[in-house]
Amino acid sequence: MRTLLGTEDLDRSSLDGLLDDAEAFLEVLDRPIPKVPALRGRTVATMFFEPSTRTRLSFERAAKALSADTLSFSPGTSSLSKGESLKDTVQTIAAMGADLMVVRHRAVGAPARVAEWTGLPVVNGGDGAHQHPTQALLDALTIRRAKGALDGLRIAIVGDIAHSRVARSDVFAFATLGADVVLVAPRTLLPVDLTGWPCEVSTDLDAVLSDLDVVYLLRVQTERGGASVFPSLREYLRRFGLTRDRFARLRPDAVVLHPGPMNRGVEIEAAVADDPRALVLDQVTNGVAARMAVLFHLLGGADA
Amino acid sequence: MTRRRVLDEADIRRAIRRIAHEVIERNRGADDVVVLGIPTRGVPLATRLAAAVSDIEGTPTPVGSIDIGLHRDDIDRRPRVPLGPTYVPEPLDHKTVVLVDDVLYTGRTVRAALDALADLGRPDRVQLAVLVDRGHRELPIRPDFVGKNLPTAPDERVTVRLREGDEDEGVWIEDDR
Repeated sequence: MRTLLGTEDLDRSSLDGLLDDAEAFLEVLDRPIPKVPALRGRTVATMFFEPSTRTRLSFERAAKALSADTLSFSPGTSSLSKGESLKDTVQTIAAMGADLMVVRHRAVGAPARVAEWTGLPVVNGGDGAHQHPTQALLDALTIRRAKGALDGLRIAIVGDIAHSRVARSDVFAFATLGADVVLVAPRTLLPVDLTGWPCEVSTDLDAVLSDLDVVYLLRVQTERGGASVFPSLREYLRRFGLTRDRFARLRPDAVVLHPGPMNRGVEIEAAVADDPRALVLDQVTNGVAARMAVLFHLLGGADA
Repeated sequence: MTRRRVLDEADIRRAIRRIAHEVIERNRGADDVVVLGIPTRGVPLATRLAAAVSDIEGTPTPVGSIDIGLHRDDIDRRPRVPLGPTYVPEPLDHKTVVLVDDVLYTGRTVRAALDALADLGRPDRVQLAVLVDRGHRELPIRPDFVGKNLPTAPDERVTVRLREGDEDEGVWIEDDR
């Protein structure tokens, strides 16, 4: 594996291998000294051309727990504001001695271009509404730890599918791992073309609720226009939000995931967000371990 | 290729039994002993050694595992291998840790295990038990307990197979001559 651009490229054994190693890294993170020397002397550059706090911090925490050094790039304080091109920017950082780049960019395919331009291993940290593969890994890890395995589980991904790179990444990863995935959204928030997506589609959350093992709530992305198709956010909660009433109708062992940051009172009611079966904080911890596994797979070990 | 068996199942059983007695003798009992196996085959050997010590002493001896995949000094020279489990059964401070591996060769695995151990606690002392010592050390490391000293040439291979994960059991020497 030289790059991680999307979950469509990952087969079952690659996914299982990453998740197995992520479990080992969870044990590392739980130690009195949560740091191992595996990537000592390597440099990971986090190139986030779009605002992000948690994903960037999670990658940096992962790199540091593996003893790698980090270079951090933010668009606000950079020469981008002087008109430097993406290509010049990434080649400049590569020339400083980065060994791997994590790239987030609003343009679909930007991480792949960065890999071509620099020749470096690249991890897609989110490109437009396309892919966010490490989010899918941490989600799969969270579900696997809660449920033992994804095989045969029924998982609903609920909300703004059309604007969501998380949904796309999750659908392919969950399906490859043997889960049965259903997308739940109003027609206006579904992608125009779902050809090749290994999942079912429903527009009625209440109809699919009772046989779910996992409910995956997407954030209503007000900044990407996700809320504009609804008359009000209260209306969204009423039709597609996980209310206390809907939560009570789930199977007693069903769990709830959300990529964060949550809009309490929009896609999830506050009381549900605080229930122990809402695994949002586990997802955050698992995210560090999943990203450690990705960095270790890309930088640890000679090319076979 | 030539291949010859140097230890069979009964030999391994007797070696572990003897090492268990030596561990107890050296440490005047086993009250503070924690046995940690190095994956893959050090783990079942550690489990057997701890069981033998428990059996002789009549009190349970804690056993765990310590993976060295993240502490190797040749991570960028060899293909990546899946990480093994690290499990520490109880805090290691003020304990005597007996590290267990199947074959002692260059000593680099043990060096990595000592580094890994330093992140997990501060035992009072660390001892090393190996089923086979085949020589050719590249670092100043020596075992405290040895099942069998096995002089080898560098181009020979030593293979250990154990019932816990393999279809048969024994120690073999192979070469391509």
